[in-house]
Amino acid sequence: MKNISQKLLYLLPAILVLAYSSCRKDTGPVKEVVTPVAPPDTTVNPIKGFYLLNEGNMGSNKASLDYFDYATGKYHKNIYGELNPDIVKSLGDVGNDIGIYGNKVYVVVNVSNKVEVLNATTGKRITQVNIANCRYVTFHNGKAYVSAYLGTVGDPKAPNGAVDEIDTTSLQITRKVTVGRQPEEMAIVGEKLYVANSGGYSPPNYERTVSVVDLASFTEIKRIDVAINLDRVKADKYGDIYVTSRGDYYDIPSKLFVIDTKTDAVKKEFDFGVSNLWIDDDTAYMYSFEFSYKTGKNTTTYSMLNVKDETVLNTKFITDGTEALIKVPYGIAVNPYTKEVLVTDAKDYVTPGMVYVFDPSGKKKWQAITGDIPGHFAFAYK
Amino acid sequence: MIFTGIILQQFYKYLFLIFIVTGFCLFSIKVFAQSHRADSSGVKKDTIKTHSLNEVSVRAGRISSRNTSATPVQVLKGAELEKLNSLSVADAIRFFSGVQVKDYGGVGGLKTINVRSLGTNHVAVFYDGVEFGNAQNGQVDLGKFSLDNIEEIALYNGQKSTIFQPAKGFASGSSIYLVAKQPYFEPGSRVNGKVSFKTGSFGLVNPSALLQYKLADNIYSSISGEIIHADGRYKFRTTNHVYDTSAVRHNADIDAQRIEAGIYGKLKDSSSWTAKAYLYNSDRGLPGAVVNNKFDNKQRQRDRNIFVQSTYNKNFGKGYSLMLSGKYSNDHTHYFDPDITTTRGLLENQYDEQELYFSAAGKYRITSFWDVGLSADYQFNTLNALENDTVQYRFVHPRRNTILTAAATDLHFKHFSLQASLLGTFVKDLVDTLSAAGKKSKLTPALLLSWQPLSDPDFRVRGFYKNIFRLPTFNDLYYTFIGNSFLRPELTKQYDLGLTYTKSSDKRALVYFAIQTDAYYNQVSDKIVAVPGTNLARWTMYNLGKVQIKGLEINTQATWKLLSDIYLNTGISYTYQKAIDVTDKTDFNYRQQIPYTPVNSGTLLVGAEWHKLAFNYSYIYTGERYDSKANIPENYIQPFYTHDASFTYSTRYNKHKLKLTAEVINIFNQDYDVILNYPMPKRNYRFTISSSF
Repeated sequence: MKNISQKLLYLLPAILVLAYSSCRKDTGPVKEVVTPVAPPDTTVNPIKGFYLLNEGNMGSNKASLDYFDYATGKYHKNIYGELNPDIVKSLGDVGNDIGIYGNKVYVVVNVSNKVEVLNATTGKRITQVNIANCRYVTFHNGKAYVSAYLGTVGDPKAPNGAVDEIDTTSLQITRKVTVGRQPEEMAIVGEKLYVANSGGYSPPNYERTVSVVDLASFTEIKRIDVAINLDRVKADKYGDIYVTSRGDYYDIPSKLFVIDTKTDAVKKEFDFGVSNLWIDDDTAYMYSFEFSYKTGKNTTTYSMLNVKDETVLNTKFITDGTEALIKVPYGIAVNPYTKEVLVTDAKDYVTPGMVYVFDPSGKKKWQAITGDIPGHFAFAYK
Repeated sequence: MIFTGIILQQFYKYLFLIFIVTGFCLFSIKVFAQSHRADSSGVKKDTIKTHSLNEVSVRAGRISSRNTSATPVQVLKGAELEKLNSLSVADAIRFFSGVQVKDYGGVGGLKTINVRSLGTNHVAVFYDGVEFGNAQNGQVDLGKFSLDNIEEIALYNGQKSTIFQPAKGFASGSSIYLVAKQPYFEPGSRVNGKVSFKTGSFGLVNPSALLQYKLADNIYSSISGEIIHADGRYKFRTTNHVYDTSAVRHNADIDAQRIEAGIYGKLKDSSSWTAKAYLYNSDRGLPGAVVNNKFDNKQRQRDRNIFVQSTYNKNFGKGYSLMLSGKYSNDHTHYFDPDITTTRGLLENQYDEQELYFSAAGKYRITSFWDVGLSADYQFNTLNALENDTVQYRFVHPRRNTILTAAATDLHFKHFSLQASLLGTFVKDLVDTLSAAGKKSKLTPALLLSWQPLSDPDFRVRGFYKNIFRLPTFNDLYYTFIGNSFLRPELTKQYDLGLTYTKSSDKRALVYFAIQTDAYYNQVSDKIVAVPGTNLARWTMYNLGKVQIKGLEINTQATWKLLSDIYLNTGISYTYQKAIDVTDKTDFNYRQQIPYTPVNSGTLLVGAEWHKLAFNYSYIYTGERYDSKANIPENYIQPFYTHDASFTYSTRYNKHKLKLTAEVINIFNQDYDVILNYPMPKRNYRFTISSSF
């Protein structure tokens, strides 16, 4: 019996070691990663940097915010967690849009049902405004306007979406207007807000209208019939808005439309699809990324358009072959002063993406690794 | 955790230590009696009765299959299975090496498994010999199978090491065989029964009953049923060491009912047949990811699975054996999402899937050392979506015809056996609109060997090579907006080389010792992955991924006899796995570890029995992992290790055998996620009372 006890003695410490092994690392808030990517830019320019919002895959809670500082030429990846370590579960799930108004950054976080408001200088959180299923943000006259897929969540008889008005001083919701189903992007021309209705929850019964909201009365005054499944809306400086239709992904192709806001009617349509666009001065910078069920393949095109006379330009904003490296173009912006074009690559949606910056001749100036699904830009002014 | 004083970095070092220690113990016991026993697959007797039975079951179960199989097999059965701190099959499978269980938490949470990093779709689940399929998404929720009526769980890498099986048995990367409790009657007895009641944390109420009745001398019947109710609420904690929040998990409730009946018969010509009917019905909340500003979800799912199946076995003389099986199954899924309002109200998706399956397998003995086998299976699957515009839109009503044929040969000599099989798969899909994936046909081989290099039959070398694929599922191919009918099958290659050693002796303290260790190399190519379309809601499936997997698994089992009446069973498993993504050199994550795959993981089981008392302790360690492809701090998931314990008291009361069990799960209250943002329960309890007669 003694023999047995001895043998057991050998086994016991092993069991104990196994049982109480390897305590876990204290991980703490994820640290920002600072990388010098460009030479410091000391030219006099009202823009000091830009924020880039990474959506993060749904359910991953990995919406993240990056910042590029022109003065230092440094790219700060994932700044939110370290600046706001006390926010439970950080920035949230699926960052869908970002905008800066005054000295505040507004981050629309879709699944987290909130608009996060940050100090634009420090990046520190001021507050959050809860809006269920919120999508995009735009600003006008001291107010922020946020589109939301559903005006009322959980009511089977209320499939329509809404636009909420937030006072940018009190940061309270002041008014709300019901628009079409699953509204996406908005643009404001004069005292009218134009929002693209998609109807994406009920294919094939897509919406096909842009809702026009009078800002004074905050009521929907009309709907402009455009095409099914609308998505982007961007205003130019000539009183026109550019609206994209995603089609039905099968038979009805995606297209680009121009609406004259003086007549509130479609005045021109282009027979090509546009996934995303940015209008700067007289030029629209556009890309299209489409899957074909006939070939089983994706095709990407980059194009430019003159918004003054609504003609397609034969110039390109990427000229050095970098487009071959971009797997999934997902965000686009143009610096209004330097005319640099910023394009993001979401790659496979589940790995860190990339932001590419091109000079006005279309040559790559620099690139930086971003968070997952980089998609939305906001320029920060001095 | 409590023992922060012991700061030790890497798990495998301890395992190494343990193996040295256990090895020392082993070799200090010099002589073992040569008592190798052949397979005695007969039904075990009741387990509480005597300790000698325990030994027998240990050896019969383990020596036979674990050590002589040419493919690695891990088995949990009978009393051993009963003692595990497990509610479902998925909980029990965590104790196998080379397995990652994806567990979304709680009683009703989805639990799927991935074996040797090939992917969930490469695991086939067989219930009483017939596959439990899912043509829609190719994954079987093992959380749905309660252990209540399960006699045995076996996991085979590659395939079952036999040539006499349905063609389906050759058709997947790895297979789990679940065997329901088979009726067994003591002489003179016509009825067996068992009632049991489980309760505990999460508001669990789980009564079950089993009745086995001898209809005639050669016809046995069995009926088993249970009801599971749980409110699914549990406390969890989330922290980054600055914020620290505790909350209660909501919408993880479940109400499920299961009833199954079987008839087992033997005919005069010694052929045997079985028939089985199964019904499972459930209504559960889908708790969803816990994300910023949204801890609760409202999505719900209802499932109803029905199947009937039958098998027939006959030996014609000594030379020829025949096995027939057939199955019909009908699965209904109802998904409800009140967060989405469509023009027809809140989103409700309903799917009906049906499967019809027939199989014939034959084995012919050419000489005393050479057998050949031929199997042919036919399967028909359909998927329907019920009235609702969101799923009806562009729904193509896929139908799939599958023919599987396998030719196999088995050469077996005293010291060496070699099995080779060739599987032919012929698939044709039909759809209403768009283009179907069309016809696919493929031939895939497997080669298995087992070798006894010494005169000692307790030491064996084994190895296998297998080339197999998985078909794209209906969802991969045809799901509106997502499916891509141009997909090719996802291919895998597996190479395995292993050693098994076993020793047993009734006279020594170490009554039984066995070790199995395998090194393996796997490749997955044309991996079917979802890739974005134009927005988040529009993913498309592609053949893109390539994964290389190198692994090592070690399993040991030991039974100790301490004093004259205390038995101690120990089981240790360890897995090392380097599974890297080699899809594209330009990828950020090129040659990085694939998601949710720990490099090191292991389990420890200790069971002790003394008269009417039994104690069981289990420990599971899962090393650090990444929840996404890039191995960066943002994606890092902490290791987790849970300690579970149970105490059982068994006694007799008149003719009844009463058993009381108390279990503590996650004793040290560890906060952990198996899947990112799906927090697992803290310490929880379960109590079981059962009576059998």
